[in-house]
Amino acid sequence: MKNVLKLGAVAAVGTLVLAGCAANEQTAEPTSGGATSETAVVETLSGTLNGSGASSMAAGQEAWIAAFQIANPGVTVNYDPTGSGTGRAQFFEGATSFTGSDSYFKDEELAGEFPSCVPGTLPWEFPIWISPIAVIFNLDGISSLNMEGPTVAGIFAGKITMWNDAAIAAANPGVTLPELSITAVHRSDESGTSKNFTDYLAAVAPDVWTVGAIEAWPAEYGGEGAQGTSGVVSAVTGGNGTIGYADASRAGDLGTLAVKVGSDYVAYSAEAAAAVVDASPLVEGRESFDLATKIDRNTTASGAYPIVLVSYLMGCNDYLDDEQAVLVRAWASFLVSEEGQQAAATSAGNAPISAALRAKAQAIIDAIQ
Amino acid sequence: MTATKPKAIRRLGDVIFANLAFFAGVSILATLATVAAFLFVQSIPAFTGPEIAAAEDGFWNYVFPFVFGTVYASIIALIIATPLAIGIALYISHFANRRFAQLLGYAVDLLAAIPSVVYGLWGILVLAPFLNPTFMWLNENLGWIPFFAGQVSATGRTMLTVGIVLAIMVLPIMAALIREVFLQTPRLHEEAALALGATRWEMIKMAVLPFGRTGIISAAMLGLGRSLGETMAVAMVLSPAAVINFAVLTSSNSNTIAANIALQFPEAGGNYSNLLIATGLVLFAITMVVNMIARWIISRRAEFSGAN
Repeated sequence: MKNVLKLGAVAAVGTLVLAGCAANEQTAEPTSGGATSETAVVETLSGTLNGSGASSMAAGQEAWIAAFQIANPGVTVNYDPTGSGTGRAQFFEGATSFTGSDSYFKDEELAGEFPSCVPGTLPWEFPIWISPIAVIFNLDGISSLNMEGPTVAGIFAGKITMWNDAAIAAANPGVTLPELSITAVHRSDESGTSKNFTDYLAAVAPDVWTVGAIEAWPAEYGGEGAQGTSGVVSAVTGGNGTIGYADASRAGDLGTLAVKVGSDYVAYSAEAAAAVVDASPLVEGRESFDLATKIDRNTTASGAYPIVLVSYLMGCNDYLDDEQAVLVRAWASFLVSEEGQQAAATSAGNAPISAALRAKAQAIIDAIQ
Repeated sequence: MTATKPKAIRRLGDVIFANLAFFAGVSILATLATVAAFLFVQSIPAFTGPEIAAAEDGFWNYVFPFVFGTVYASIIALIIATPLAIGIALYISHFANRRFAQLLGYAVDLLAAIPSVVYGLWGILVLAPFLNPTFMWLNENLGWIPFFAGQVSATGRTMLTVGIVLAIMVLPIMAALIREVFLQTPRLHEEAALALGATRWEMIKMAVLPFGRTGIISAAMLGLGRSLGETMAVAMVLSPAAVINFAVLTSSNSNTIAANIALQFPEAGGNYSNLLIATGLVLFAITMVVNMIARWIISRRAEFSGAN
């Protein structure tokens, strides 16, 4: 009897262990016999696609991978949100076929080697992920405030210290501001969100915000530091009179600022974020398949919200492995497509890219071989 | 007639066991050597490569605030945790009845099972808001003491909060070790003190505490080692700035080495990650020094130690 029990225990444990070796399971059954919504693929794709990079688009990548794998059951896509720096480093080592990054390739990086690509060819990049950065604050009874760029810079540089300061009151006639000191919360870890936010501050108020676009907060500006977007949101929620910046999808029901663009105050929204990317010029001296964009934070285009984080998708123009090229074409096409961007927006809250950008990106994707 | 020395009988079991024990010991040394080698090799590009933006003033100017923060946070944690741990251990070993002592022992050990991330979350969501009014009161009324001076933080995520969280994290180890030491106090000493007419507290003062002194020190060193390396709780709770600050109630606190690595590593590019590993090497060196001092202190009173 005891031996039977022992044998049974070994068999049970063995089954559990071997079950863990099963391949990446799909989350839902694909409908049989053809059209699975608009993402039906004509030829059956199969293979594995590896990518890594920015953690800002991690939630979006999860939604994209889930939808893509349902439509193409033979493909396994892996995205490792290691961070933009590590992602680019892995792409330069040839460990990944595509990468997501919060910043576009620098000129010196383009002069380097790309082991995944045919030697002598350059990689492509285009914006794939537009995420508005909301400036959140916690004041009783106030859900929205207007503020000019230099005022925001003054607050985060530690120059404006009270909520009922004249600069804030002038932009918000009719709102009673409390006599409360301002606590500015910033990111204690290096992040693309900090870089984009400080890029905005440096562009609109270079005399107040003197350090330029940085990822690590300068100590002399004071304020609270919190780890990650969730840290900033919980720090702002937990204090009174706190103000911070975070990805708009996590702003919750905290109050948000409407910043001055031209002569209006614009609040964050998906359309406003996509509008500023279209209104900004491309970086000079790049090839036609390199859509690196220098976001114009001082834009006066109406209805554009300048505080955005733009993440790029990057890959090879000419892959050494042609099968990878097929997979990357299908994957990138799905990512820029309307349903792809909408799928990500529903679950991750980013702003879908505009139709103009989509057309340009699709042209680049079609040329991948 | 010559007498030959009797040879010890060695069977197969002896050979296998001796070798297994040998390899287990060697593997620990090998792992330590591998980690030390990794730290050394990966740190070199930080010194020989191109200049890193974060460390413009040189390596030591970059690392020194973190060294200060690490040691400072750990000292605060030890100051809070040591009397508490001694108190818990004394209560369990000498004052509580058997059943309640067991229960208390389980409860303290359970604290050790809570992951440090959970402590971090608890720190930001519960402890910091709870302590905030106390901090404001301390700043208003005792602000003339340099530790409580400065602009008090609005969210309560300060060095003092971190010290308290670290103290709670090292408490289980210290309390368990000190309790074992106190339980090993020779009954004869205790009964002799009582026979001479000492009260319970006097007996503890005369027999238990002197006997357990080295045990308390080794427990404190163990707790210090744990808190020097604590990463997630500090990274989540502390509001850091690259300064050296003795005031414990403000928003600009010196970060610790481990928390700094956790915060900066994911986005660190190029040889910035090598710089961070170099700060990890500094922490390794600090821990080694602390352990050596602890061993030296314990060895001086080895004959009294019940825990060595």
